[in-house]
Amino acid sequence: MRSFVARRLTLGLVQIVAVVLLVFALTEALPGDAAVALAGDQPDPARIAAIREAMDLDRPAYERLADWAAGLLQGDFGTSLTSGRPVAQYIADGFGPSLLLATLTLALLVPLGFGLGVLAARHEGRLIDRLVSSVTLAVYAVPEFALGVLLVTVFALKLAWLPPTAVGYGTDLIGHPAVLVLPVLVLLSRPVCSLSRLVRAGMVDALASPYAAHARRYGVPGARVRYAHALPNALAPAAQQLARTIDWLLCGVIVVEALFVIPGLGTVLLNAVAERDVPVVQGLAVVFGVLTVVLNLGADVVAYRLTPRAGVAA
Amino acid sequence: MYDERFPGLRRRGFLAATTGAAALALAGCGGGTDDKAGTGSGGTPKRGGRLRAAFAGGGASETLDPHLANLFADVARAKALYDKLADYGADLSAQPRLAEQWQSNKTLDRWQVTLREATFHDGKPVTAQDVLHSYRRIADPKQAFRAKASLEPIDLDASRATNARTVEFVLKRPTAEFPNILAAFGAYIVPEHAGDFDKKPIGSGPFRFVSFTPGRSAVFRRNEDYWDGAPHLDEIEFVVANEESARVNALLAGQVEYAHELNPTTARAHEGRGQIEIVRLRNSAMQAFCMKTDRPPFDDKRVREAFFLIADRKELVAGALSGAGEVGNDLFGKGYEYYAGGLPQREQDLDRARALLKQAGAEKLKVTLDTSAVAAGFTEAASIFRDQAAKAGVTIDVKTGSKDSYWSDILDGGTLCCYRSGAMPIEAHISQRLLTDSTTNATQWRHKDFDALYQQAQSTRDKTERAAVYERMQRRLYTEGGFLIWGFADWILGTSRKVRGVETKAPANTLDWARFDKVWLA
Repeated sequence: MRSFVARRLTLGLVQIVAVVLLVFALTEALPGDAAVALAGDQPDPARIAAIREAMDLDRPAYERLADWAAGLLQGDFGTSLTSGRPVAQYIADGFGPSLLLATLTLALLVPLGFGLGVLAARHEGRLIDRLVSSVTLAVYAVPEFALGVLLVTVFALKLAWLPPTAVGYGTDLIGHPAVLVLPVLVLLSRPVCSLSRLVRAGMVDALASPYAAHARRYGVPGARVRYAHALPNALAPAAQQLARTIDWLLCGVIVVEALFVIPGLGTVLLNAVAERDVPVVQGLAVVFGVLTVVLNLGADVVAYRLTPRAGVAA
Repeated sequence: MYDERFPGLRRRGFLAATTGAAALALAGCGGGTDDKAGTGSGGTPKRGGRLRAAFAGGGASETLDPHLANLFADVARAKALYDKLADYGADLSAQPRLAEQWQSNKTLDRWQVTLREATFHDGKPVTAQDVLHSYRRIADPKQAFRAKASLEPIDLDASRATNARTVEFVLKRPTAEFPNILAAFGAYIVPEHAGDFDKKPIGSGPFRFVSFTPGRSAVFRRNEDYWDGAPHLDEIEFVVANEESARVNALLAGQVEYAHELNPTTARAHEGRGQIEIVRLRNSAMQAFCMKTDRPPFDDKRVREAFFLIADRKELVAGALSGAGEVGNDLFGKGYEYYAGGLPQREQDLDRARALLKQAGAEKLKVTLDTSAVAAGFTEAASIFRDQAAKAGVTIDVKTGSKDSYWSDILDGGTLCCYRSGAMPIEAHISQRLLTDSTTNATQWRHKDFDALYQQAQSTRDKTERAAVYERMQRRLYTEGGFLIWGFADWILGTSRKVRGVETKAPANTLDWARFDKVWLA
């Protein structure tokens, strides 16, 4: 187990480095640089050259990358090309709202997703199962943006029960819980569907397996068979799906952030790419890379614990 | 903590440069109470309340440094905190602001500017030294402030303060339109003792700083001692919402009272429904196709004229602008001071266009039209024009480019592109885009005799004579220029029903646009 984690961590480190290099190369490959993006509709060549010089963009790309990497090793994410403010501050500011939304979504997602999955599996083939399955499939098919617009129109504009955006609340989202209801609903919609369907499928398989039948023959109570024997087998794939969902939530869900005016990491990333603010983009790439690696590792460890015999390829 | 090493513009710079100009009456610089939008159009201003205004913003990179102002949101915040020496009226003529008056010598290359009695928010008076400091900061060769190019005619080393409230500007050459420079985009006056602009900005404007979170919100409160009369509002809050639907939703639900930059379709959906007020600022954004006049096929003026005649301007306005605008006549600045309004309106004439192309030996012409989603209506305009050109036998290949580098890409590259511009004086349009040494000459229009006419205008004291020179220049552009200016887009705002005093004849970036000191809540 320990060597498995060590192997995975080493691999994760390599993956993060690869992601950062790839992001750097891709950002460099985009047409125009930060100076051009800054100049906007006043692309006076002399001015672009002056901006470029002030930003040190006239230095070769590998030198800029090396400088940035050297700083990173000392925990310095560098400064934004556009504003001169520290990149760490960009990440810290954007992380709060993203984390809040992710936590809330997750707190509802886990009981809802597992509950619905187990419920459907228990009533396999009957009305409840069919109801849950068809509703989750239908909701899953609706893109977040469409669902968001629909919810805003109905609950915020027509019924006026909830505010349509978080505009003006800044970072104090927790102090205004009403503004979080619609974004969390939109964020929940698809993960609940995929999670409950995974749990249901795993449960149905496990309940039909020989070892469940064997347990029943020994007179083990139904509830114990379901929750102690069948459910863990259904949890392994669900844990991995859950890790992907957390990753998706933390790395900023741009559609939801834009629609509800929540300044999370997705917004920071979108702006940084448009501004060709390479240090900010790289800083985010590191954060997203670390998150992805750690979450997936966590999920694999959990899956390994739940179903040791399946083994996990490192 | 803001690092001043990197001044510059942010990516949505085109938004800010884009100003609009209203055709009609020149509103006085005092921003009177006439021509106001809103239900009950006027009434007695009521004091108090907080107005929340939603703008598209620049994200976490935003700053309150007024010299870095680039987006509409930046300018709206800058004008709440700071003043310029002059600002643009509805016809884009310069109106005195911090400058009480200006006077030139006979040769128009030395100008005395007298400041009015005004104080900064910390109580210190606005002095001639502050003015020189501000302009020198903008013109710093190590920096790249946007207004630097506008201040270029001023010899700042030779200019001096003759007393506490008088500056003598020495110019490098005669400049009859010198007051336009004082009103230039971003030429705000900051105190010589200015500190950190994002933590404690001190200006002379109608509002004082309270708080600022980049990319989220800025709160300012009334400056009781404002020289132009204290604002009616207690407080103004600028909030950032980049998505247009979010701005509209926030307005409809009463989360904000003012939403800037709405789509024509949104405007149509809500106009006259009584829920919110829609304000259209006419003649705000010039819409054009740029033909590069220095290379084939547009180095032949018959081909350029043919293209002028291919455009069905009504269809372009209806399609690309969803009808929110009016047709153009291939001249910049419809309704602005010095606009040559007497020239006949160009209409589509495909037969004549075909004949001209034949004369030029350009039958079966194939051209690439560069466009991008960088501005509203660009890609739509490109495909509409492609279909119109096909009727005259011209094949247009529409090429969609990156929006982040579009303006730089089309400056020298390609032959034909979509273009737009905000309001600026006609003189500024000429000097920035149509002279041999212009820095953003997207039509590559370089003619010594045209440059000479510009210099002649700038050396002419008499306004009527000057207008005649501008007319000659515009006539030439109308006949054979590189700008196919097909329309002028409205700039659309939404306000809640209780907002009063929003000026309607104020193109974006003129004095009365986003001017919250004259607005009140009923």
